[in-house]
Amino acid sequence: MSQTGSLMGFVHRRRRGAELFLLVLALAVGVGAYAAVGLGVEGAVPADMVGYGGWLTGLIIAAHITVRLVAPYADPVLLPLVAALNGLGLAVIHRLDLTYEAMGNDQHTFARQQLIWMTLGVVLFVATLVLLRDHRVLQRLTYTAGLVGILLLVLPFLPVIGRNINGARIWINVAGFSFQPGEVAKVMLVIAFSGYLVLHRDALALAGRRVLFIDLPRGRDLGPILAMFGVSMMILVLQNDLGSSLLFFGLFLAMLYVATERPGWLVVGGLLFAAGALAAYTFVGNVQNRFNFWLHPLDYYDASPGSYQLVEALFGQGWGGLIGRGFGNGFPERVPFAYSDFIISTIGEELGLTAVMAIILCYGLIVERALRIALISRDGFGKLMAVGLGSIVALQVFVVIGGVTGLIPLTGLTTPFLSYGGSSLVANWVIAALLLRISDQARRPAPRLDPVDDTSGDSESTQVVKLR
Amino acid sequence: MNKPIRVVSVFCLLLFLALLVNATYLMYVRSDSLSADPRNRRVVTATFSRERGAILVGKEAVARSVPSDDKYKFQRTYPEPFKYAPLTGYFSWFSQTGVERSQNAVLSGDDSRLFVTRLVDLLSNSDPKGGNVQLTINRAAQDAAWNGLQALPGDAEGAVVALEPTTGRVLAMASTPTFDPNGFASHDFTAVKDFSDKLNADEREPLINRGIGTTLPPGSTFKLVTAAAAIESGNYDADSMVPGGFRFQLPQSSDTVPNWDGGDCGGRRITLTQALEVSCNVTFLTLANELGNDAMAEQAEKFGFNSTSLEDLGGQAKSLYPRDMDAPQTALSGIGQASVTATPLQMAMVAAAIANDGDVMRPYVVDEVRAPNLSVLDRTDPQSISKAISSTTADELTKMLVSVVDNGTAAPAAIPGVEVAGKTGTAQSVPGRPPYAWFVSFAPANDPKVAVAVLVQSSDTSPDEIGGGVLGGPIAKSVMEAVISP
Repeated sequence: MSQTGSLMGFVHRRRRGAELFLLVLALAVGVGAYAAVGLGVEGAVPADMVGYGGWLTGLIIAAHITVRLVAPYADPVLLPLVAALNGLGLAVIHRLDLTYEAMGNDQHTFARQQLIWMTLGVVLFVATLVLLRDHRVLQRLTYTAGLVGILLLVLPFLPVIGRNINGARIWINVAGFSFQPGEVAKVMLVIAFSGYLVLHRDALALAGRRVLFIDLPRGRDLGPILAMFGVSMMILVLQNDLGSSLLFFGLFLAMLYVATERPGWLVVGGLLFAAGALAAYTFVGNVQNRFNFWLHPLDYYDASPGSYQLVEALFGQGWGGLIGRGFGNGFPERVPFAYSDFIISTIGEELGLTAVMAIILCYGLIVERALRIALISRDGFGKLMAVGLGSIVALQVFVVIGGVTGLIPLTGLTTPFLSYGGSSLVANWVIAALLLRISDQARRPAPRLDPVDDTSGDSESTQVVKLR
Repeated sequence: MNKPIRVVSVFCLLLFLALLVNATYLMYVRSDSLSADPRNRRVVTATFSRERGAILVGKEAVARSVPSDDKYKFQRTYPEPFKYAPLTGYFSWFSQTGVERSQNAVLSGDDSRLFVTRLVDLLSNSDPKGGNVQLTINRAAQDAAWNGLQALPGDAEGAVVALEPTTGRVLAMASTPTFDPNGFASHDFTAVKDFSDKLNADEREPLINRGIGTTLPPGSTFKLVTAAAAIESGNYDADSMVPGGFRFQLPQSSDTVPNWDGGDCGGRRITLTQALEVSCNVTFLTLANELGNDAMAEQAEKFGFNSTSLEDLGGQAKSLYPRDMDAPQTALSGIGQASVTATPLQMAMVAAAIANDGDVMRPYVVDEVRAPNLSVLDRTDPQSISKAISSTTADELTKMLVSVVDNGTAAPAAIPGVEVAGKTGTAQSVPGRPPYAWFVSFAPANDPKVAVAVLVQSSDTSPDEIGGGVLGGPIAKSVMEAVISP
């Protein structure tokens, strides 16, 4: 617990008390929203209020204690943000459950299932932090992670376990459980990219020729980016999953740029993306439709395939206005998949612009914390991983919220921590654990490099620790 | 690697800023236009689930919302559905008609005049309620009109409109056949659709408010307009001698037009009063021919033809007096034939204008709108829309019309002890179809309280002038009696 100062005279504090305080606020959001749903929809506080609140509190406390024990220097803001979003998501899914049940469908237990998945997510969160004491261990697994990532992406094509749900072949079914392996593949690919780029960044960065103030890379170095582009296009064409395709390519591009410090890669990537988008627009009818629905949503309301889902979401959010209709007073069930991809439209309708802005800010803070961790991280691998994980959240949030609010064409992706969906939730909890692990390493006081028998603190002034 | 990380940070910041700006644009700026989209069922359902205000006639509601235990919370009901359907219209999940439509903003509670009420509801967290609408209808007159139409022989089609001459208040408006608005208000939307399809397919057009929506040749009742134009020209008064006789030779044609009874109206020269008493075709064909298309059209338009006047109830058809008729058509228009068409409301307005010293008042059905707490938000003020004839002309015409009831074809409308002014009419329709029987009247002649127009579109009736008097007269009489002697 030696708070030894470095040369720079600055040492990160642990701030676990601050984290606990913020967690109490986050729990108030989650449990309070659950109570508000009961009051708004059924007119009474839910009967299982104590059990539910207790369970949620237990999970959060477990996560907090784990962080205290094994990652005491970790960022204090991330966990409360994640907890607040997850809690609010649970309440909103519960609210939709109640309406679906009232509509005569049999018992709806999405919220219960989501709570089980959250429990699994927290277990994995704890396991990641406990088992992985130093994120640099993962660098050894660079190629293994890459292989596993690719295998996970291919899994849905396997005959027995692969499933095609709602037009996208991104599911597998094992023993009755549906799972989107792509969600886990995201994490694997971040590890693989980080390990690969941290080794090859010099080669990718140094060689090249200069065209119009921008250093363009050599042709022979284009291999990795072309390979990743190929994977993205494969996801688009074979799995019919525009969102994931965009996510993987954008993720790789951001990490490549950070690793090489060469804007030229952004140019190459941007051109490839434009070419891919144009090809997709021309040859994949689905993409063309989405583009039209985005530009003129109201014109395709009655068409089939049409923009019914998007327009209903826009109607709902517009109707919600500044402060929303309140839980139980909206009609979020008019939007198909209101509990997953379109959960933000449910929140917009019933909690209003205020809540949507708060949620966007929460995501913004998560991304900001991730990039801050990348900035202060002492090793290149950690920096790249933090950038990659932060970019995943940023891109995913932008693509899905932008799509649902009509900013960009709609592509199917889950909203991290909010949407119903086990694979996504579990993967995002692991992302949170990895970020906390990297930040714990980054914020931890620099190790003493001098011999133990050194008697005084004088030697510290001779010690050179490069922090940046 | 820190410089590109900062670049990535700025880029992410821009992404999130774009999300925030776009969310604000969608949920604040675009909110109203999205809510105004007719396909936005949220808005419709919310209105549908609200406690809608009542439509009142006298002290009782003819349309009101009662609590229901399904998800829409309130059920619209119409206690006297058929009698008041032409006025209330219906309120369904799909659309509204009648006063339900014209006063929708007040009834639903969205009206800007209800802003304070809405604010209080919001702060006290109670569900918004709609305001009430008080109609101008006189319950006894409406009963008389409705019962009169129901008493007609056979599957009658017809309408009654009664006005208060001095104000333009609509005292009665009944139409038959009509429909049950409760069928539209049902929460079983499939049943509503079936119900609506059935009524739309019905050849007898029960959804039409015949009082204002059906235009037909007004026949001899239009002779009031012709007489008014003649007196206004300055060349005639009630005692002027005008041509009678058996037949009228149409100009530019070899055709002649006889009188309705084949008679000679009592001689080759008769007084204008006598001509009106016996409803002499020859006289009014001659007058219209002499006055010409312009003078006739001008007079008709002063009474309200070629325009609409009713502002608080939808579905008013324009009564027409074409300005481009040739000489024979103009002559025929003098007896309400050719291309002249009128709604019962229009003919009631003609009678009311004569009763009101020549002033045409704008007809209206909404007397007051009230907030849910019963405070009056707005009251309709009577409004004169034109001076159709001078008051001397009005007096002359009144005198003549009283004589028509006392000595002529309009005798069935006579009320003992009260001076009644009235005129019958029978208009030719397509061969094989019974003629349209009309009756217009007002009473008391010296201090008019009510003007009535009755139209019987099809019924078992003899195709002669008496038809108008026999069918329409008693209905007009009972409506007038209901208003005069409550």
